[in-house]
Amino acid sequence: MKRARWTMPLTHVGLVLACVVTLYPVLWVVGLAISPGQGFTPGLRPIPHDPTLQNFKELIFTTDAAGHLLFLRQLGNSLLVSALTTIVGMLLSTSAAYAMSRFEFAGRRAGLTALLATQMFPATMMSVPLYAIMNHLHLLNSIGGLVLVYATSSVPFCVWMLKGYFDTIPRDLEEAALLDGATYGQIFWRVVLPLARPALAVTALFSFMTAWNEFILAATFLDDQTLFTLPVALQRFVGEYKTEWGHFAAGAIVVSVPVMAVFFALQKHLVGGLTAGGVKG
Amino acid sequence: MIAALALMTTLAAAPQQIVVWHAYRGGEEQALTKLIDQFNAENPQYQAQLLAIPYDAYASKLTSAIPTGHGPDVFIYAQERIGGWAREGFLTPLDDEANAMRPDFTPAALDAVRFEGHTYALPLSLKSAALYYNKKLVPQPPATTDDLVRIAVAQTDAAHQRYGLAYAATDFYLHAAFLTGFGGTIFQEPGHHAELDTPEAENALEFVRQLALDKRVIPDEPSANLVTSLFDSGNAALVISGPWLAGELHNVDYGVASLPIVSSTGKPMRPLLTVEGAMVSKFANAPEGARALAKFLASRDAAVERAVIGRQVVATLSAYSDPRVGGDALLSAFAKQAQLGLPMDNTPAMGAVWEPERRALVSVLASGLSAHDALEQAQRRLLATTRAAPPEKSPIPYVIGALVILTGAIVLLRRRPVSKNASPVSAAFDVGSKAYAYVAPAAAGLLVLVFVPFAAGMGLSFFHHQEGHFTFIGLQNFFDILTSRDYRITEPMNFYFTLGVTLLWTVVNVAAHASIGLALALVLRDPLLKLKGLYRVLLIVPWAIPNYITALIWKGMFHRQFGAISALLRAMHIEPISWFTHFSTAFAANVVTNTWLGFPFMMVVTLGALQSIPSELYEAAEVDGASKWAQFRHITLPLLRPALLPALILGSVWTFNMFNVIYLVSGGEPGGTTDILVSEAYRWAFQRNEQFGFAAAYSTLIFVFLLGYSALTRRVGKDPALEAA
Repeated sequence: MKRARWTMPLTHVGLVLACVVTLYPVLWVVGLAISPGQGFTPGLRPIPHDPTLQNFKELIFTTDAAGHLLFLRQLGNSLLVSALTTIVGMLLSTSAAYAMSRFEFAGRRAGLTALLATQMFPATMMSVPLYAIMNHLHLLNSIGGLVLVYATSSVPFCVWMLKGYFDTIPRDLEEAALLDGATYGQIFWRVVLPLARPALAVTALFSFMTAWNEFILAATFLDDQTLFTLPVALQRFVGEYKTEWGHFAAGAIVVSVPVMAVFFALQKHLVGGLTAGGVKG
Repeated sequence: MIAALALMTTLAAAPQQIVVWHAYRGGEEQALTKLIDQFNAENPQYQAQLLAIPYDAYASKLTSAIPTGHGPDVFIYAQERIGGWAREGFLTPLDDEANAMRPDFTPAALDAVRFEGHTYALPLSLKSAALYYNKKLVPQPPATTDDLVRIAVAQTDAAHQRYGLAYAATDFYLHAAFLTGFGGTIFQEPGHHAELDTPEAENALEFVRQLALDKRVIPDEPSANLVTSLFDSGNAALVISGPWLAGELHNVDYGVASLPIVSSTGKPMRPLLTVEGAMVSKFANAPEGARALAKFLASRDAAVERAVIGRQVVATLSAYSDPRVGGDALLSAFAKQAQLGLPMDNTPAMGAVWEPERRALVSVLASGLSAHDALEQAQRRLLATTRAAPPEKSPIPYVIGALVILTGAIVLLRRRPVSKNASPVSAAFDVGSKAYAYVAPAAAGLLVLVFVPFAAGMGLSFFHHQEGHFTFIGLQNFFDILTSRDYRITEPMNFYFTLGVTLLWTVVNVAAHASIGLALALVLRDPLLKLKGLYRVLLIVPWAIPNYITALIWKGMFHRQFGAISALLRAMHIEPISWFTHFSTAFAANVVTNTWLGFPFMMVVTLGALQSIPSELYEAAEVDGASKWAQFRHITLPLLRPALLPALILGSVWTFNMFNVIYLVSGGEPGGTTDILVSEAYRWAFQRNEQFGFAAAYSTLIFVFLLGYSALTRRVGKDPALEAA
């Protein structure tokens, strides 16, 4: 590949600049988290003169009335809810997206439009009827109910994203497999899904995030402190009259670490370059 | 046998559960926990348990849960919603308990929790503003506003960012004290809407305008955070705030006094009084226990605990005879001020006052509008937002009409061929039935958990909601929005104005997200690039951190006097601007924040989508000697379309309804110009008398508009993703 000698250093300069702009506000979050108080003083210097880990300590070692560590419990709940949401959401959407991409059936076009349509109605207007439905289905105050709500709400994006990607995978491979006597199910699992790894990685991250940062529905549907997810606990630092910025910032950092870990784990699928190898010819 | 006996004894002895909800934290929560333990120990027949809920989700959780029987038995809330909840039948009147304890409550506190002749809460804690003063700078607190002005002017040194008076001046909750001091009130007649443009209100606002703009003793854009840090660092001499501020002061030696007497009227400034009370749900599972617990929480002994541990300004007067409470300078100063407080109205009509008042305060203090004009606009906004109930209509013609349209649509759909190149019937059926098996799980889940609430939400748009009652009014909501009678098209409250802003907002944001995301993705997939994993992870950080905090950090960076962006401009010798006083700059601030929040998602999606392009194409292009630009133009862009288009379409739909950033950064300023349709819908639902029907109509119009947009792009764009659909 031809390439001017100065391209690569210039790219690095550009990327470093992008990272600086991206991370400056994040530095503020870090600064608030390691400040001794709960205040938030605007200014130019985000990092305090007297950093301390007090906020993290107070955040992590909160106990409930019975002396249990609430934070770890809620972190566990969040991980469980987000992992299950990712699994359920992906199961629902990959199969639906595959059908949307490969099969011709009545209602397909309408279905795709309907999926898009669900994203067009502001979510705030749907929460009261949703509560009533959850009540009728006895899904209130349960992790499973919350997972179903999150998973279904992530389905529209996931189906669209996956269908778009499936469409770009040539059908030759599947037709060949069909001729070899493979069933649609085998083709789906063995041929299509491996080829769609980049799109699967994107939608998995998206499903995970749908559940990971949500607090309004979680706080509304759950009635037990030991079932609360981490964002609910975090939002407790935002009060009617004042916000405990130090605790909130510390929590925000703790919350963002698993997301980055998930992304780091997924990114090799994101840029694996598998498609090119698999679809040759 | 033994097991059965054991079961019976446990049944007989099983204490009745009392569920208590609250949003307290810190000391207040500690005190409450201790009291609940004490109650349980003293009343073995009951087992009370606490649930702490984030304040932001508290009201909506109560409103959803109480009528379904999943709500609490007792809950602690401020009086502001008593009127609405009492009308809806959520609350048990506590008249007997209140009467028994009457002499021991501050009279203003009992007034606050009464609605239509009944008492619906037992007052626990009083919250009102008072005057904090820095003892080193101000030895004697001002008794009159003349004193206050004199001290404030003497203590202001703008060059060193020191201010004589600091308070959240655009918050009507605090400004109301000036209004009352100048002889004004919010509601002239009970049960009637508020009158905001009275001569008294104008005098009060003019007084504050002079303090802020002529004498310049108040800092610009004085947010609560800024006020706290200025006062604690000794850079503000006087502060108007509530008891909650005290917990955040660590460095300053301060005192608390009652607000001064307004010199020109001779009347004291009376702050708005908020009363947090214990309320008992109508749907309580243990009504007797619930009442007993509420009474216990309000009792003297409990009040002493709440005052000592929770630092609450308690409503129970006899608690102040305890030296730990009465001898506490802060608590007794606030208790004294609360005696003078004006109980905040507890009907939904009060809810409609905040937004017009805040807009008036901002337009005077930030944009320099005259007090008279600002209040006139506020009154007009108030009248436009408190719509009278439209006449009730019979739903029958509408139901028939809907049925006719539905049947017509079904007939039309039936007659249309499924696809131009549909396969022969038998084959299509075979594959189709498989297809349904693939789609069914997702379809079932979506039908129940997404489409049904969606239809219910949309159905609301044919109703008018007032105090818990829905009346069918046909298409009146839509008619009112689309004709936009109250406002001209150049005014922010006009539907078409807001629609225009929303479109601009969507186009600018999606363009920024997509181009930045694409550019970074193209760079970051370069196999020769070192450290690309690190860059990628660092660049998705804005997506990973909860945007509530980062959006507010961006808002802080845009502060004219203290923000980082202003400091940067100053370093470049450019005079910093007030970002939120002009549409263009406020809009830009929103866009910058939202771009920062949204580009990582687009970058990730684009990274994935780029993998759908076979690398052989680039290799072939290299061999043919195509330039990088030509490769991008003729390979990357066209082949990226199918995989990227869904994200772009959904991204524009999400941006169209992106409400957080607008709400947290510009808050619609100046004057509601930067509000978009969804933030208007939110305001109609939650800030303007809970007009859910009207908000649903706004939402339905948003939906119809977006649906039309997607149909249009499908036709005009002939995009392959949809065309293939």
